[in-house]
Amino acid sequence: MDLRRPNRPVIGPKVRQVGFVTPDSAAATSSSSIPAVSAAAATSAGSPPSSLSPVMIPPPRHPSTEMSNPHFHPVGSYNPSEQILGSPPALSPSRSSRFDADGSDFGGDDDESVALSGVGGGMTPKSSLLMRQPVTKTAPLVSETRKRDSNVSKGKGEGPSAAPKEKLTKAERRATQEAQRAAKAAAKEAAAAGGAPSVSKQPKPATKPATQQKKDVPSGSGPLQPLAPSGSIEKKQGKKEVAAPHPRMQFDDMTKVGKLKKRAVVNQSEARNRVELFRHLPQYEHGTQLPDLESKFFQLDLIHPSVYQVGLQFLSDKISGGNARCIAMLLAFKEVIQDYTTPPEKTLTRDLGAKVGSCVSFLIECRPLSVSMGNAIRFLKNRISSLPHNLSDKEAKSRLQSDIDRFINEKIIIASKAIVEHGVSKIRDGDVLLTYGSPSVVESIFAYAHGIKKNFRVVVVDSRPKHEGQGLLRRLVERGIHCTYTHLNAVSYVMHEVTRVFLGASSVLSNGTVYSRVGTACVAMVAHAFRVPVLVCCEAYKFHERVQLDSICSNELGDPDAISKVSGWKDLNYLDGWAQNENIQLLNLKYDATPSDYVSVLVTEQGMLPPTSVPVIIREYGIERLWT
Amino acid sequence: MDPPMDFQVVVLAGGTSDKLSPLVSKELPKALLPVANKPLLSYPLELLEASNLKNIIVVVEGDEAATQVESWLSVAYMDRLNVEVVKTPGDVGTVGAIRAVAPFLISTDILIVSGDLVSDISPGAIAATHRRHGAAVTALFCPAPVSGGADSSTSGGKDKAKKPSRCNIVGLDPTRQFLLHVVSGAKVEKDIHIQKRIVRAVGQMEIRSDFMDAHVYAFKRTVLLDVLEKENLYSIKQDVLPYLVRTQLRSEISAKKENSADESSNGATKELPSEDININSAVPSNQNLRWLSQHREIAPSSYQEIHISDCDMNKSRLAKKTHKCCIYLSGKTQYCARLNSVQAFGDINRDMLGEASRITGYTFSAQNNVVHPTVVQGAKTTAGGQCIIAEGTILGDKCSVKRSVIGRHCRIGSNVKIVNSIVMNHITIEDNCTIQGSVISSNVQIQERASLKDCQVGAGYVITAGSEYKSEPLTKR
Repeated sequence: MDLRRPNRPVIGPKVRQVGFVTPDSAAATSSSSIPAVSAAAATSAGSPPSSLSPVMIPPPRHPSTEMSNPHFHPVGSYNPSEQILGSPPALSPSRSSRFDADGSDFGGDDDESVALSGVGGGMTPKSSLLMRQPVTKTAPLVSETRKRDSNVSKGKGEGPSAAPKEKLTKAERRATQEAQRAAKAAAKEAAAAGGAPSVSKQPKPATKPATQQKKDVPSGSGPLQPLAPSGSIEKKQGKKEVAAPHPRMQFDDMTKVGKLKKRAVVNQSEARNRVELFRHLPQYEHGTQLPDLESKFFQLDLIHPSVYQVGLQFLSDKISGGNARCIAMLLAFKEVIQDYTTPPEKTLTRDLGAKVGSCVSFLIECRPLSVSMGNAIRFLKNRISSLPHNLSDKEAKSRLQSDIDRFINEKIIIASKAIVEHGVSKIRDGDVLLTYGSPSVVESIFAYAHGIKKNFRVVVVDSRPKHEGQGLLRRLVERGIHCTYTHLNAVSYVMHEVTRVFLGASSVLSNGTVYSRVGTACVAMVAHAFRVPVLVCCEAYKFHERVQLDSICSNELGDPDAISKVSGWKDLNYLDGWAQNENIQLLNLKYDATPSDYVSVLVTEQGMLPPTSVPVIIREYGIERLWT
Repeated sequence: MDPPMDFQVVVLAGGTSDKLSPLVSKELPKALLPVANKPLLSYPLELLEASNLKNIIVVVEGDEAATQVESWLSVAYMDRLNVEVVKTPGDVGTVGAIRAVAPFLISTDILIVSGDLVSDISPGAIAATHRRHGAAVTALFCPAPVSGGADSSTSGGKDKAKKPSRCNIVGLDPTRQFLLHVVSGAKVEKDIHIQKRIVRAVGQMEIRSDFMDAHVYAFKRTVLLDVLEKENLYSIKQDVLPYLVRTQLRSEISAKKENSADESSNGATKELPSEDININSAVPSNQNLRWLSQHREIAPSSYQEIHISDCDMNKSRLAKKTHKCCIYLSGKTQYCARLNSVQAFGDINRDMLGEASRITGYTFSAQNNVVHPTVVQGAKTTAGGQCIIAEGTILGDKCSVKRSVIGRHCRIGSNVKIVNSIVMNHITIEDNCTIQGSVISSNVQIQERASLKDCQVGAGYVITAGSEYKSEPLTKR
């Protein structure tokens, strides 16, 4: 393996946010990082990390090494001759210690090219680290905040300079934002004064400070960082999506919410009493959006009918589930492209991109995007912007449409077929399989396994308020599969007899965290406690480079009424009129995050992988790499 | 120009309705009947215009009526709307009218609006509901006007005779989104026959008789054209809608057409993946994909889910065809009425003056009335609240007008009392007349000391001096 191989620039920003960093633990052990690393190297890769409670943060061996140096990444970068889990390098102690010395000025420096070149020479590949590899090799590219976090933690030990940052209050944050906003305005004015800023350039100053601001202000909940996809795409998207709310917009910032409202298509009234911890997530009064949107049906000329239809169906929950929503959206976009004609004096790549952007922002207003949809949109925009300029409208359109078809076909349909094949190989005769909710891929696995005469039993675990499991149950029973149906509260009782747990996922994040229907984490933990293997089935297009340690910072809030009302129980009306009562706040979360420790294996179309391999898949088979 | 949102609008303006005689005649087709001094047809047209629907097809029965409507439209909406008038021979029914415009229909969905609709319900909401469900047909139903109270003053006797025949029987699913059963008023018999399979599929059906079909339908074009091919259908309300509702679980609408194939997709569920997609095959067809995405559609009621299971039981994907019939129920605060009888004419006029005055677009003065500045009022003449008096009308001394509509260029003598009445254009009323609860068509001459109560006077009629009429329709022979 050539350690000195030149940098591959693409890798840089893409795989940045990996690794566990917690201020406290890092600080506590920063001095002892050398033994920790060597210990990590010593432990064989095969043994999974010891079980952790959901709130516990994994040991800090990675952070200390990860933080060290961007120049490390050529070493770990993918070598085609390697296998996915190919031999990784180990860290030399000298390097880690070097890091400790440099740590203090680290966070302040956003430029990744901090010195420390030549350190890589001290590394020796050690294949014993197999399972660790994906984490370590992507480690140097942690996002700014991550670094800042670590910096903060370092700061504790090494100097007071960074310490205050740790305790940014809301007011302070507001202040920095205000300052940035002023700077932004000034920049804009300057640009205007500078004379003849091209139309395409103008949005740039608007978006750039925004992203920067995001980076600079550590969000209260810390661990999550918004994605920073590879630069060029980010910029392009930024330009077009000026109107779209930022996917990670903080909805507790009143000024931002106000701005968003002004340009919103859907007239939304915010729910009044929201749970404090989740104020940053959008929540609207249920039942106000749909009639409003419906009555404006003919006024919204800009939005294509099929997009409108899909938006309505998202809003009324008629289409749900990652794959279904993604397919529905892509099909709508296909029709948009079909009906599109380039206006005179515009180029297709720019104008169509903007048009898709406006459709996307409409869909976001209807319901926040799922990760799968976000990835699909990124792919589509990428394709649009990479179209050669000399193509005729017709050619360009047909090319885009076939791209969409290929995406749906290869990334969703064939992928799920491959997953089914992999998944079925793990079903043995006499197995008792448990699933939660109604994951489509898992359903296909069961159906296929039943079709090839495997003899097994299924436990369908369901939960309020959506009762999605009932649909699955009905379909399975109709196929003649022996089923048990129970609710989440009883999962610990049924887990005794279960031999495998198959779960679906809305997304798998690059630290291996499975982001899925709320309740999935619970099932996975119970399974873990009972030493039942947990197989998470997820198409690779749902992988995301983000890192998330909890389900607070990024989530979706459902209709609170859905949990306050029990259907069929008219006398259960204790919560009637709760919206008027300041003392009651209902929380209906839609997703939760399952730490990777509870996932035995990820079943993807690329095979069965440990959850730690997600970054590799993202890097090597990610959306950007598709047919380029 | 593309129709917005892929919807085309057809307004069925009708011709010279028998039900509305003596108010409607060859000179005055129903579409131009003044309601609060505006032609009836302007209400649906303005409603559509407010929803940004500017390309409208208007179907009119009869040649003369068509010419009149066309000439009025060309003046009134010349630069605002793009209206195309299509004429049909008289007495072909609503289905015949649609047949006449069928060649013009190109968009995915068609919105059919009755020309006698006076409402403020956004057509967009109906269209959006239609789209959201991907329904074959969506109908607007509104709470039937409660007769009694205010209405009892007018033609109270007729009320009883008419009412039972006009109520519809409507079956709804528990979520009130789907139309499961419909019998229109004329066809209601003593017994109601409800299909067992539908009830079985829903589990629970709510049967209501207090909803009125507002004659606003959103149809999928393919479905509509399919239905039109069938014979012996006459009216949309009485034949087409019940037919579609009846057959929603065993749709006979041809599956060849893309949209209906789309509907059937709901029924099918995912099969074994191996059959599902052949890897080597080209990109799966659009329908197939849509089917995939809708497979996961969460049914709003148990209704659809049972569809699914029904189909699964048969194990054949093509065995069952279903289509959805949806319903849009108007809210309580929204106004919706159809002008399809003399009584309704009176009611709607009154509503325009009172509770639903917002629809008219007039601005009411402090006295809660609309008096055109050109109106000449004699000494001691009072125009009370809830009145509309149009331009050029001359009122003599000591007149009193209450809760009435008076049209253009009427000459009203002294000491005339007009209460609760509708007086159209170019009418001469001589001194000392009393008019109460009546409708007086254009060009009528009412001579001295005549007294009218609850009468409908046809156009051009002359009421002799001193005569007294009560609850009579009066027409020129």
